[in-house]
Amino acid sequence: MPDKPLNNKAWFLVLPVLGFVLFSSLVPMMTVVNYAFQDTMGQNHFFWNGIAWFRHLLDPSTDSGQRFAGALTRTLLFSLAVLAIEIPLGIAVALCMPRHGRAIGPLLVVIALPMLIPWNVVGTMWQIFARQDIGLLGAALNGLGIPFNDTQYPVSAWSTILMMDVWHWTSMVVLLCYAGLRAIPDAFYQAARIDGARRWAVFINIELPKLHRVLVIAVLLRFMESFMIYTEPFVVTGGGPGEATSFLSLDLVKTALGQLDLGNAAAMSLVYLLISLTVCWVFFTAMTQIDRRREG
Amino acid sequence: MAWTWQTGVFFALLALALVVMSLLAIYRPEVPRRGILGFATTRGDRLFVSVLGGAYIFILWMRFGGGSLWYPLAGTILFGIAMFRFA
Repeated sequence: MPDKPLNNKAWFLVLPVLGFVLFSSLVPMMTVVNYAFQDTMGQNHFFWNGIAWFRHLLDPSTDSGQRFAGALTRTLLFSLAVLAIEIPLGIAVALCMPRHGRAIGPLLVVIALPMLIPWNVVGTMWQIFARQDIGLLGAALNGLGIPFNDTQYPVSAWSTILMMDVWHWTSMVVLLCYAGLRAIPDAFYQAARIDGARRWAVFINIELPKLHRVLVIAVLLRFMESFMIYTEPFVVTGGGPGEATSFLSLDLVKTALGQLDLGNAAAMSLVYLLISLTVCWVFFTAMTQIDRRREG
Repeated sequence: MAWTWQTGVFFALLALALVVMSLLAIYRPEVPRRGILGFATTRGDRLFVSVLGGAYIFILWMRFGGGSLWYPLAGTILFGIAMFRFA
């Protein structure tokens, strides 16, 4: 051990950040917890309501419980569908990209383009794209005789939103996987070539294990972001038709700001937070464990 | 912010737990240890798992049981002890 004096006073330099986090997230979250146990008649006058909000929320026989269960199921389904499409697709696209040559630079820029577009713009683009009167997608499908109307049919609305998310975020999976693939030394491929390994064997035995870490990150990021998706479905379908695409976040905002039902919304967001926190923790643990096993 | 004494106690206990953890980390440093979770955990990990698990115990209780809240509290404390002892 070097004989340097240990000075931990530098930790005080993070105090401004702590103050910022306190006011931007911690205090608002405490307020949400407070709301979750109280009811109000307006005028900023609150009274104690115990765990009644949670009881209603978690009981599927009540109105709010039914709504919550529906929204939670839809959100989970959406996240799973997004992962099931974007992860394999992202890997496939990354595998098809050239590893060397001049085309890489422009190619990466083109692939990254969708990620640079703000959420509400993406939503507006797809909202117009899916319209059955003037939208390319909607009009073309209807012209072919396939009934498509994202304001009337749940299947149309879901496929529009799924396609939109795939279009918007597959690039991120591609870029992560491409970086992971580039990090594999050529010696591995040479050894495989000497052994006469087929393309599939190379993928299963070399590329996939080496992509393990970036894939965990990709799955975590895609899950969290699709689990919290708000702006795009809000712009494209507004949660409709009916409740078909009304995800947790949309329902939450509707409850909190549309109906000003603060207690119910607060209880909802706490359960929502709990699920997000659990998923984050699981992935974080998985990621750090992979690292540690690799080192150890 | 519409504080009540109940939520106040809750956050005070959380803050207290963090302070105790920091003091322990300074005065009684530890090495991560491998337990029933299958990977090395520190005291902080065990506290986090205890709090998170406690939240789930309460939620499941409200979903399926629904009686007095002292039972899930006892369950949470037992779960926390088990986590700190075996995880």
